[in-house]
Amino acid sequence: MMLQETPVLSVRGLTVRYGDGCPQCASHLEKNRCTSCGAVWAANDVSLDVYPGEVLGIVGESGSGKSTLMQSLYFDLEPTAGTAYLQNYGAGKKSIWEASAAEKRHIKNTIMGMVYQNPIRGLRMDYSAASNIAEKIIAAGSRNAGQMTERAKELLEAVEILTSRMSEAPKNFSGGMQQRVQISKALANNPALLLLDEVTTGLDLSVQAKVLDLIRKIKAKYGISILLVSHDLAVIRMLADRTIVMLDGKIIESGLTDQILEDPQHAYTQQLVHSLL
Amino acid sequence: MMDKYNYAFLDEGSKREIRRSVLKAVAIPGYQVPFGSRELPIGRGWGTGGIQLTLSLIGPEDTLKVIDQGSDESVNAVNIKKFVKMCTGVPCTTRTQEATIIQTRHRIPEVPMTNGQILVLQVPLPEPLRIVEPQEAVTKKMHAESDYAPIWLQLYESLIKYGKVTISAEYPCLVEDRYIMNPSPIPKFDNSKLHDAECLYLFGAGREKKIYAIPPHTKVVSLAFDDVPFEKESFRGKKCRLCGSTDTYLDEIFDSATGERYYQCSDTSYCKEVRSK
Ligand SMILES: Nc1ncnc2c1ncn2[C@@H]1O[C@H](COP(=O)(O)OP(=O)(O)O)[C@@H](O)[C@H]1O
Ligand SMILES: [Mg+2]
Ligand SMILES: [Zn+2]
Ligand SMILES: [Zn+2]
Repeated sequence: MMLQETPVLSVRGLTVRYGDGCPQCASHLEKNRCTSCGAVWAANDVSLDVYPGEVLGIVGESGSGKSTLMQSLYFDLEPTAGTAYLQNYGAGKKSIWEASAAEKRHIKNTIMGMVYQNPIRGLRMDYSAASNIAEKIIAAGSRNAGQMTERAKELLEAVEILTSRMSEAPKNFSGGMQQRVQISKALANNPALLLLDEVTTGLDLSVQAKVLDLIRKIKAKYGISILLVSHDLAVIRMLADRTIVMLDGKIIESGLTDQILEDPQHAYTQQLVHSLL
Repeated sequence: MMDKYNYAFLDEGSKREIRRSVLKAVAIPGYQVPFGSRELPIGRGWGTGGIQLTLSLIGPEDTLKVIDQGSDESVNAVNIKKFVKMCTGVPCTTRTQEATIIQTRHRIPEVPMTNGQILVLQVPLPEPLRIVEPQEAVTKKMHAESDYAPIWLQLYESLIKYGKVTISAEYPCLVEDRYIMNPSPIPKFDNSKLHDAECLYLFGAGREKKIYAIPPHTKVVSLAFDDVPFEKESFRGKKCRLCGSTDTYLDEIFDSATGERYYQCSDTSYCKEVRSK
C-alpha cells in the first residue's frame, strides 16, 4: 500500500565521482576506488524513494557514501550524475540538481531540513538558539519578529529545551542539546523531509537514547518523512521503517527493516546483523 | 606649485573614468560600483573616496562645502577644502543653501538639500554584508541573489539579546526594493533624509574602491521588521544649548570640570544660522 503513494523524494542514479574516471573504472574498482585511474566513486548509481511519513534508514560502514548522498541532496556538493525529484518542487518533474541558486535556497529552507553529525555545520554557534531558528524563517520570507519568536519557543519546547535559554548561544550548550537545537532549526518551516546524518554519533549512550526518542516523537507529531543515516544498525533498528544498506558507494540491499534484520541476504549485511546480536 | 597639476588634481582621463562609474551607480541605485581608486596626496581612510568624487565632478561654477562630524571647522574638513580650493580655485562656503557640492563625513546637513545639489559622502566600509560575511566574492553573490537573510538575522539577534535593534550608525537600508546599502557612516537619525530626496547622494569608498549612489526621488527604506518599527535616535526633552533647536541631531557633551552634561547641534553651521536670525 505504501508503494502506491507518490514518494516525497525519488533519487535515480546518483553518482558522485572524485577524479575524471576512465573506461576501466567499472571493472577495476577496489572498494570505491578505480585501481587504473585512481578515481573515487563515493556514490555509485544510487536510487531510492522516500514515502510520506516513513523513516528510511541508510546503514553502512564509514566511507560507504552515506554522507555523500545526504550532502548531494542538501546541495553541499554537486553530483557527477543522477536526478532527484521532490514531490513539493517543480511538480515532482524537475530534478533538484537543475534548480537555480534561489530555488535551491528555497528547497533547503522550506522543503528539506538537514541535521549534520557535527553541529558546527548546521548551527551558528555564536547566535542565540532563537536566532538559529529565526534564520530559517527569515530565509523563507517572513519579516515578523514576534512570529519568529513564537515559533522558536514552540520548536524549542518540542525538542525539550527550556525557552528560558532561547537567547543563549548553542556554543554554551552540551552536545546533545546542540543536536536538539539543530533539529528544531531544521523543522522551522515545516519541511516535508528531514535529513539526519549520524545525529547521535559521538554522543554518550544515554544522550543518544534521548535524541532518538525525540526523533520518534517528532515523527509522530509532525508526520514528517525522514532519511536517517547511521553507521550503527542499532540506531537504524530503533527508528527506520525501511532500510537501505550501502557499501563502497553502492546500495547492496534494501527492504523492510524487520525483514533485513531477520533475513539479511548480502554477506556484508549478515555480518552487520550478526554483530548486533 | 599646484601649476604642475591638472585642474582638480586628477587627470581628465581619471576623472572621466570616475564619472562613468558614477553614471553606472546612478543607474543602479544602491549598487556598489567598483572603480580604480587613484592615489592622492592624502592617506587612505581620510576621505579619499569622497575627494575623488568631488574632484571628478567639480567645475568653475561650483561652490564647495565640506563637513566632518557635522562641523565645517574640523581639521579634516579644513584640509580637504584647502586642497580642493588650491587645485580648482572654486569658492567655499559653510552655508548648505549656497553649496552645489557638499562633501561630508558622518552627517547629512539639517537644511533640506535641493535639486541640483550633490552630497558626497566619504565611506569607510561600503559593504553592509561585511559583518556577516568576510569574503568579497561571497557578498557579491549575495547581492546578486538578494540573499539578505543574514543581515535580517543580525537585526533579529539584536532584538532577542537586547530587546531592540542596537545598530545606531551605518544602519542598513533597502534601496528601490533591490539592494541593501550601507549609508555609512551617518547616524540613523539621517537615514530618513535619504528617502525621496531632492538632491543626489554619492558615496565614495577610496580604500575599498567602491562608488554607489542614491539619485533624487529614490525609495530608501531602513530595515525593520513588520512588527518592530524603525526608530531613529530620540532627543526628546533635550534641546541645543546654543540655539534651542529641538528637532536636530544633538551631540552630547560632557564637561568634566563641572560634571555637567549638555547638548548642542552637531551641524554647527545650521546652529550658527539659527542663532543669527
Ligand atoms: N574530496 C574527496 N576526494 C576524494 N574522495 C573523497 C572526497 N570526499 C569524500 N571522499 C570519499 O568518498 C567516500 C564516501 O564518503 P562519505 O560519503 O563521507 O562516507 P560515509 O558518510 O558513509 O562515511 C569515502 O571513501 C571518502 O574517502
Ligand atoms: Mg558520514
Ligand atoms: Zn578508472
Ligand atoms: Zn543649535
